[in-house]
Amino acid sequence: MSQSYNRGLVEDFGRWREFTAGMWAWIFHKFTGWVLVGYLFTHIAVLSTATTGANAYTDTIQGLESLLVVRIMEVGLLAVAVFHILNGVRLLFVDLGLGLESQDKSFYASLVVTGVIVLASIPTFLEGAF
Amino acid sequence: MSTQVPEEKEQSETEQEVNAETEAEISEGASYGDQRRDQRDAQRRQSVSGAPADIEGESFRLKVFRYDPEVEGKMEPRFDDFAVPKQKGMTVLDALIYARDRYDTTLTFRHSCRQAVCGSDALFINGRQRLGCQTQISDLEEPVRVEPLPHQDVVKDLVVDMEHFYDQMHAVEPFFQPEEDPDGDLEEYRQTRENREKIKMSTRCIWCGACMSSCNIAAGDNQYLGPAAINKAYRFAMDEREGENMKEHRLNVMDQEHGVWRCQTQFSCTNVCPKDIPLTEHIQELKREAVKQNLKFW
Ligand code: SF4
Ligand code: FES
Repeated sequence: MSQSYNRGLVEDFGRWREFTAGMWAWIFHKFTGWVLVGYLFTHIAVLSTATTGANAYTDTIQGLESLLVVRIMEVGLLAVAVFHILNGVRLLFVDLGLGLESQDKSFYASLVVTGVIVLASIPTFLEGAF
Repeated sequence: MSTQVPEEKEQSETEQEVNAETEAEISEGASYGDQRRDQRDAQRRQSVSGAPADIEGESFRLKVFRYDPEVEGKMEPRFDDFAVPKQKGMTVLDALIYARDRYDTTLTFRHSCRQAVCGSDALFINGRQRLGCQTQISDLEEPVRVEPLPHQDVVKDLVVDMEHFYDQMHAVEPFFQPEEDPDGDLEEYRQTRENREKIKMSTRCIWCGACMSSCNIAAGDNQYLGPAAINKAYRFAMDEREGENMKEHRLNVMDQEHGVWRCQTQFSCTNVCPKDIPLTEHIQELKREAVKQNLKFW
């Protein structure tokens, strides 16, 4: 064989329309996982303002909560957390070999449930933000 | 010597007679199978002499990936379009053969059995790994886009380098290794019906490589054994005739960083396997078996 051609990974992402349910579930699970890790660091940063005094902590929280963008991000965080939990449970079933035939349906179900929970939470999160 | 010649001739004449008689007998008392064969032959003769059974005036666009490192102008991969007349029951492989025979004899692809048995024509058809000979044109959206299997190097046109896939398959010792032989010389290895049922699906693998090509994890980790090899290991690890020690050995081969634990349950392999082998299920079961083995303290 003289030479061969490697089409590389870049092409893979151009094919996103062809991804299947299991593939999307994997991508979303990784993505939400990293977002949650990122959030935890932010969380620690905010919490540690309490070391400089109770007022500093209250000011930080109030300052953050008064920003519309933070409120919206909180809704996003809930979405991310709910999906990650639901898909985690789904993966647990997959690991146990239960309901493998409906793995795609359980993924869609996780999406729907996440959507419903997030929509229901919007009044609470955005209350008084405007 | 010279006397032997007529004798031989005589003999062969008698043989011929006997043959003719048997043939006559067969056609007289033709069984159902023979009738079917005759019908098929007749059909074949017809289709050879008559025009191909084109579906009136309809043709479709076949887009084929082209690449040849040895030919000027084809070193840069591109797609070629072929207009192929639609025929009843036409498969992608039929269409490729048509395009090769009518338009471009340099069009290169692998195929052999044409009945989903040899596994040589796994291709990337309309964004999914499928066997060319098993995929009906009528089931596909047009234009039909045919590419070589992703994640494998392209040697020429639709032919990919399968070396790595075979290496992974061989790495799991894909052969039967029983601990003891049956008593008698010609005695068969007995297996219970239930055990046979359990491994039935895993024995159907035709080494086409579709699953490996669809797996993103395998694409990113060259050492990952991949779904086909793990399924092969499953086939033997679950075979009760190999015995406990061998099963342990097989699980040890699987219970590695680049073994079963690399699988992230994307189900891509299970989705594309042309033999409907529940690959993800088998991989997950081996994971559980490996855990059980590690937790076994007795
Ligand atoms: S497991 Fe299925 S897809 Fe994979 S090589 Fe075997 S037959 Fe092909
Ligand atoms: S030609 Fe043998 S599997 Fe398609």
